[in-house]
Amino acid sequence: METVAFFYFAAVIVLTAVLVVAFRNPIYSVIALLVMFFHVAGLFVTLHAEFLAAVQIVVYAGAILVLYLFVVMLLNLKQDDSYQRQVGWGIGLGIVGLAEMIYLVLSAQVGNSPAIGTAALQASASPKVAAIVTRGNTEAIGYMYTKYLFPFEVASLILLVAMIGAILLAKKGVLGMKEP
Amino acid sequence: MVPLSYYMVLSAIVFLTGFVGVLIRRNIIILLLSIELMLNATNINFVAFSHYLNDVSGQVFVFFTLTVAAAEVAVGLAIIIALYRGKATVNVEDLNLMKW
Repeated sequence: METVAFFYFAAVIVLTAVLVVAFRNPIYSVIALLVMFFHVAGLFVTLHAEFLAAVQIVVYAGAILVLYLFVVMLLNLKQDDSYQRQVGWGIGLGIVGLAEMIYLVLSAQVGNSPAIGTAALQASASPKVAAIVTRGNTEAIGYMYTKYLFPFEVASLILLVAMIGAILLAKKGVLGMKEP
Repeated sequence: MVPLSYYMVLSAIVFLTGFVGVLIRRNIIILLLSIELMLNATNINFVAFSHYLNDVSGQVFVFFTLTVAAAEVAVGLAIIIALYRGKATVNVEDLNLMKW
């Protein structure tokens, strides 16, 4: 059952990822990315990261992609959106990189040992793991923020800077351009 | 039980799709979408390792990736709007102001 779910989600993710790059029309690309985000969320559920799956749908599909759709429709793009001239080089490089990564993963045999897995979760006597099992997924993540407090503060600062930067950049008359 | 290497191969495929997208597309919005693909590939890796190593830290780092993605989208789209206002194009080959 778990294997079937994984292969379904993986197949749809790969297909829609390729479609995002292949579609000529940017709106189709954004819709394909939307489908991909939902299936990544489904993959997270099979990995017992339920809270992240919800956040994936709310933040990515709900906020980020709506922003993309706004901009695509605002700019009213023409349809003559062709590929770069070096399309052959790009795809060739991608295939070479993919072959390298698959070779590395298969030669390392990482994670194929049965010792790492959910079976070890119950068997392990580590108090941290036991805490994760007894508490929920969301609560376990919340407790981790006591450990990663400083990165959390830095993340909030990044968001503040991005917000101010976006407001400033989207104003008229910025970048030394004349007002239309 | 799905082996961890399957998730890594899936993540590699999605990441390289985004990589190829950055290389071959001319529309700057699709370039940003391709960067989103790469960030999602790292998220898949983080969550898979978090599950197989029984450590929630990986899921916390997905949140930081999410923060960076949101900031990148906000600033990137603002830059695209400013560029479009000035040059009326989103084709990266027409944006050669800083080329010498």
